[in-house]
Amino acid sequence: MSKESEVVKESSMLMQKEMIADNYEALTSTAESGRKVASTFVPGNLNELIMCFGMLNNLPEINAIQNGMRKKSGAMIMDAERNGHSEDVCTYVKADIGQMSKGNIAPNGKPMPAPDLLLLSYTGCFTFMKWFELLRHEHGCETVMLQVPYTGDGVITDNMRSYVIKQLKEEVIPAMERVSGVKFDIDRLRENLRRSAEAEDNLVWVLESAKNVRSPIDAYFGGVYYIGPIFTAFRGTREAIDYYRVLRGEIEQRIEQQLGPVTPEDDMEEERYRLVVEGPPNWTSFRDFWKMFYDEGAVVVASTYTKVGGVYDQGFRHDPDHPLESLAEYCLGCYTNRNLPNRVDMLVNYVNDFQADGLLVNSIKSCNSFSAGQLMMMQQVEKRSGKPAAFIETDLVDPRYFSAANVKNRLESYFQMIEQKRSRIEAA
Amino acid sequence: MKCYIGIDLGSTTTKAVIVDEGGEALGHGITNSRSNYDTASKVAKMEAVISTRLTLFRQRLKCTPELKDDTSQLLTELERCFRLELFLEQLEELHRACANNAGTVSTVDDRDALREALEEIFQSLAQKLESLFAPGVARKSNFFRDLAGSAYMQASEEVAKQTGLSFDALLNVYDKSIIQVESRPPSANLDEKFLAALDRVTEETGFDRERVRKPVQDALKEDIEECYTVGTGYGRVRLPFPKEHIRSEILCHGLGAHLMYPGTRTVLDIGGQDTKGIQVDDTGIVANFQMNDRCAAGCGRYLGYIADEMNMGLHELGPMAMKSTRTVRINSTCTVFAGAELRDRLALGEKREDIIAGLHRAIVLRAMSIISRSGGVSNEFTFTGGVAKNEAAVKELRKLVVENYGDVTINIDPDSIYTGALGAAEFARRSGTQASLATGGNPS
Repeated sequence: MSKESEVVKESSMLMQKEMIADNYEALTSTAESGRKVASTFVPGNLNELIMCFGMLNNLPEINAIQNGMRKKSGAMIMDAERNGHSEDVCTYVKADIGQMSKGNIAPNGKPMPAPDLLLLSYTGCFTFMKWFELLRHEHGCETVMLQVPYTGDGVITDNMRSYVIKQLKEEVIPAMERVSGVKFDIDRLRENLRRSAEAEDNLVWVLESAKNVRSPIDAYFGGVYYIGPIFTAFRGTREAIDYYRVLRGEIEQRIEQQLGPVTPEDDMEEERYRLVVEGPPNWTSFRDFWKMFYDEGAVVVASTYTKVGGVYDQGFRHDPDHPLESLAEYCLGCYTNRNLPNRVDMLVNYVNDFQADGLLVNSIKSCNSFSAGQLMMMQQVEKRSGKPAAFIETDLVDPRYFSAANVKNRLESYFQMIEQKRSRIEAA
Repeated sequence: MKCYIGIDLGSTTTKAVIVDEGGEALGHGITNSRSNYDTASKVAKMEAVISTRLTLFRQRLKCTPELKDDTSQLLTELERCFRLELFLEQLEELHRACANNAGTVSTVDDRDALREALEEIFQSLAQKLESLFAPGVARKSNFFRDLAGSAYMQASEEVAKQTGLSFDALLNVYDKSIIQVESRPPSANLDEKFLAALDRVTEETGFDRERVRKPVQDALKEDIEECYTVGTGYGRVRLPFPKEHIRSEILCHGLGAHLMYPGTRTVLDIGGQDTKGIQVDDTGIVANFQMNDRCAAGCGRYLGYIADEMNMGLHELGPMAMKSTRTVRINSTCTVFAGAELRDRLALGEKREDIIAGLHRAIVLRAMSIISRSGGVSNEFTFTGGVAKNEAAVKELRKLVVENYGDVTINIDPDSIYTGALGAAEFARRSGTQASLATGGNPS
């Protein structure tokens, strides 16, 4: 693995790094600023609404990811296990619980304030509910749950939409008003949503750029950086608009110069395999995992993980003209809230539209919600696209479940399998 | 002659296969992987060269009218005597290493006594081991370590008793020395050994020396030209050749099974520490695969562990399980827990053979789950790997395949342990002949 000093950083990356650092700074100085904190999750994150009340947005999953990438999650998980949480429980939850038991120190080294509001948008992951129950038990703060109906039949009905809107009006907004002491102003929300949509347009442009054969981006390993601002505390901000404008400029330049994706070591050389990936990356060995791809010339051209916080590439945009409706639509449409046939459709379309060589599923050991059905999905995508697929298993932030030799072995086998199939097609 | 070599570096054994330009398998070799893959691949390759020579002898002898009918007997004798030559050379090396290492044992004051004791041990070893290679004697293993090791233990126990020297010190000398001998690449002087073996054969059997010598010498003159080598298996990154010469063991197993049984569509390979379920198309190209992840319970090592727990040899497990008359269910998916379950069942009065049969079923159940994840069993189904040699595992597998997938042809080749190496050799042949075509000359 390359050292930090050798890592190539584009200006968009530096911008994002600063944005994240500023947010942690704001979160850890609420004692001085007096600002209120809402904790919420990435899928169904109502950042524009939270901003309307001048509150700060704290995302426990992102803290777990940050701790995973900084190699701190292992000890936190062990701590949570010592306190009785089983080995099979979601490791994001245990990393968060462990962080609290270690003094709840934020990634910037300062103590994280207790949240003033727990805002749970339920979007398909049942573990989120239990997680927030644990947090409520710990903090005893006001908790509000937005019940987002699962799109089990694959469609968003008017009924579902109005059910979510009703809760926003009757539960979520009043709770936010109570906690923040600020009155809800729909025009402020419209303004935020307008900014969101502008940033979202550029994000989609960036993700779609992987349709170029010789993709200028990696839509998974690079993609997790590109979705950063939109998925977290920056959707609806001026900074996010600036970030995506700069990012788009960088990618436009890469296309012009016919460059491949940025990697931690250098620009990627030859593009040998184009893949679609289902499932989140492993965070504790993120760089090693990524290296297994770029060393072999494998580029991820589309991934579903980059859609868990919103499916903008499927046409959804936050809409200032229909503010609450579009927030409801956003929550209902998140990738995590989609049924299996819908997820299969998305994957098949990605394989076809991005001219991919196949599908790779990275199934998460401790994620019962999303691992169920992945094998069936893989087989269906294989059948419908005619392209080979492979299945690997790792974990989110538990370093014990990343077996580098095994993962590398499977990946190499898969790449060679693609090669073999290709030469057969060429020979025919 | 142009030859192409495939080497499969497994966790337990390393295998090599040599094929000719037409893809015909000429020879194969196997050795224990040790912790030294470089030596293991050299030894396996040497074994494959020996086996190729024997194939060439066979071809020559078959063409010699007056020896045609005696070919099989001659070859058996020739191989036996050749093994003895090879074995004696290694024994000599072990002897030298032990003598050198005797000087480094700090727990013994009288080093001369230790050296004398070693002389005595090696004298009795040479006699005893030579008798293991007498005509018609069945050996438990062909690995030097297995044969020399057990004889050394026995001899040194006796010597220790007689001389009052510490048995542990003698053992210590052996442990140090066997590692040195095993990690030394084998000496390449095979031709000389074949000729010496031939002399022995003619002396012992009364075959006319000159008449036999001619075809053997002709076969020895044939150059075994290594044109291209492909490595596979877990240790493949350690092989001393470039990346293009390395293939995933999934692809090699798929192709190898296809070459052995062209009708193969599903392959199950149970090796030392992994189980693979592979689907292949009508040309041996892999369509899908699944392997065990994170945990190697249900692989060959599982049986090894159980054999240790029961104080039995690995090869005794299958035959014992075959004696079972009732089913004992072993539920554990963890090797170590299976050991605990085993003791629990024994304590409850279950019979050893019934418990061991239950353990075999547990392995096969895990394999079935991997196969079903890769897409199930399609006709024909080829079972490979070390565990395919275990009759009890095969019996359980047949039962479960019929229960779950109906009437399916199940192929098990007695040489199925070489499946991966055979696939690798075929990849070597394809790459080698392509490179040759591209350069219009010799690729090596």
